Amino acid sequence: MALSERLVDILVTSFPRILGQGILVTIPLTVISFVLALIIAVICAMIQIADIRGLKQLVRFYIWIIRGTPLLVQLYLVYFGLPDLGIMLPAFPCAVAVFALNEGAYCAETVRASIEAVPRGQMEAGYCVGMSYVQIMARIVLPQAFRTAFPPLSNSLISMVKDTSLAANITVMEMFMETQRVAGRTYEHLALYSEVAVIYLLFCTVITWLQRMGERRLNAMNGGDVIHA
Amino acid sequence: MLEIVGLRKSFDGAPILREVDLSIRQGDVLAVLGPSGGGKTTLLRCMNYLERADAGTMIFQGRKMDMPAMTRREIADYRRHTAFVFQNFNLFSNKTALQNVTEGLIVARKMARSEAEKRGMEALERVGLADRRDAYPSQLSGGQQQRVAIARAVAGSPDVIFFDEPTSALDPELIGGVLDVIQALAEDGMTMVVVTHEVNFARRVSDRVLFMENGAALVCQDTAAFFGEQNLERIQTFLRSLERKDDK
Ligand SMILES: Nc1ncnc2c1ncn2[C@@H]1O[C@H](COP(=O)(O)OP(=O)(O)OP(=O)(O)O)[C@@H](O)[C@H]1O
Ligand SMILES: [Mg+2]
Repeated sequence: MALSERLVDILVTSFPRILGQGILVTIPLTVISFVLALIIAVICAMIQIADIRGLKQLVRFYIWIIRGTPLLVQLYLVYFGLPDLGIMLPAFPCAVAVFALNEGAYCAETVRASIEAVPRGQMEAGYCVGMSYVQIMARIVLPQAFRTAFPPLSNSLISMVKDTSLAANITVMEMFMETQRVAGRTYEHLALYSEVAVIYLLFCTVITWLQRMGERRLNAMNGGDVIHA
Repeated sequence: MLEIVGLRKSFDGAPILREVDLSIRQGDVLAVLGPSGGGKTTLLRCMNYLERADAGTMIFQGRKMDMPAMTRREIADYRRHTAFVFQNFNLFSNKTALQNVTEGLIVARKMARSEAEKRGMEALERVGLADRRDAYPSQLSGGQQQRVAIARAVAGSPDVIFFDEPTSALDPELIGGVLDVIQALAEDGMTMVVVTHEVNFARRVSDRVLFMENGAALVCQDTAAFFGEQNLERIQTFLRSLERKDDK
């Protein structure tokens, strides 16, 4: 592939447009969905751990459905399927809802496992100094679980950045769709898809870097790397 | 000050404690001895309601309590007067030494932070670890962790402290320091129940000995009588078996 003047021109003019959609759409879509996913995850994990009857079955059912069906199918179902029931959502909120619900189910398992990994003795020691269940959860167990959950949650975030490209299928004008458009007009598929790949890589690299920093801070708050089982 | 009558507890139908009675006087140290699996830990955990007894009455500071029927609130109230030291320390691993000691004071007892920290430092001084106040548990040796755990127990000014084998998770060279701290508490008149395999420590520090075997309290008697020559044959063989282990 010769890097002709035309190609360079296409790459240079498309770069800010693609990156712009990344900053305006991909990143907000990821951040909003992920924050909602975390909220869903913590609530679901707490319901399972506190063993709240009825709700627990509901949570298991939700996780079962989400983890057993493809994300792309879920997007289609909500965006193209629900209108048949008279429920019509604009593309962006629709994508947020699906990504949050999807990631929430996975993160719920991460959060639950991390809470369960905190030794029972921490809870018992809390009771013995007079603290209540809620106090121990909030001040002792959840902070420790968060340290354990942080790397796998960062992983989920990285996956989500890339998964948002699927939103192009339901007309969300994010980075990938913008790239598709330019590619459709110019036929420079290899160059443009490489370009958008590099931008995704850039985003994920920044997250990885933030993860390292976060881990270092969390370790410092736990007195070094040693995590006692 | 603390009396238990007819304590029973079973796990999955297997009786672990059968009709245990005991009583502790104010300021006494009760050592709990006995072979492994005899139910010592279970007894202690029932006494602080970490396990729910199947039957039993507790009389604490003159108040009579039906152990299986205690409500969450009553248990929380009772625990304000007690403390528990675990075999494996169970320090809060996301808190520093000082925070471990003050956490219960601030959060559960609603004490002002400055007051709690003052008390916390006093407690850490008592166990000789004031200089490690900002260390996290992972930065402390086992012996130091256990001393912080004792400081945490002492800081709440409990009426009685329960110890479950406080030194059996420690390297031999660290045991002495922890036992010294417990002995100093005994000399200050702290009421304590100490499950231990350290027979010499029990002989030296305790006032009374409870011998547990197969979920029953075989005897509960004065320390001198327990270690006396004319005690039950079973107890003499138990003590001899420990001596043999020590010789190795
Ligand atoms: N949570 C539990 N579920 C089922 N069985 C239990 C449980 N806890 C203890 N047991 C059983 O109860 C018995 C007494 O255990 P316990 O830990 O009280 O003995 P112990 O005297 O403290 O022994 P050790 O000296 O080894 O610590 C053992 O047979 C043990 O298997
Ligand atoms: Mg035990």
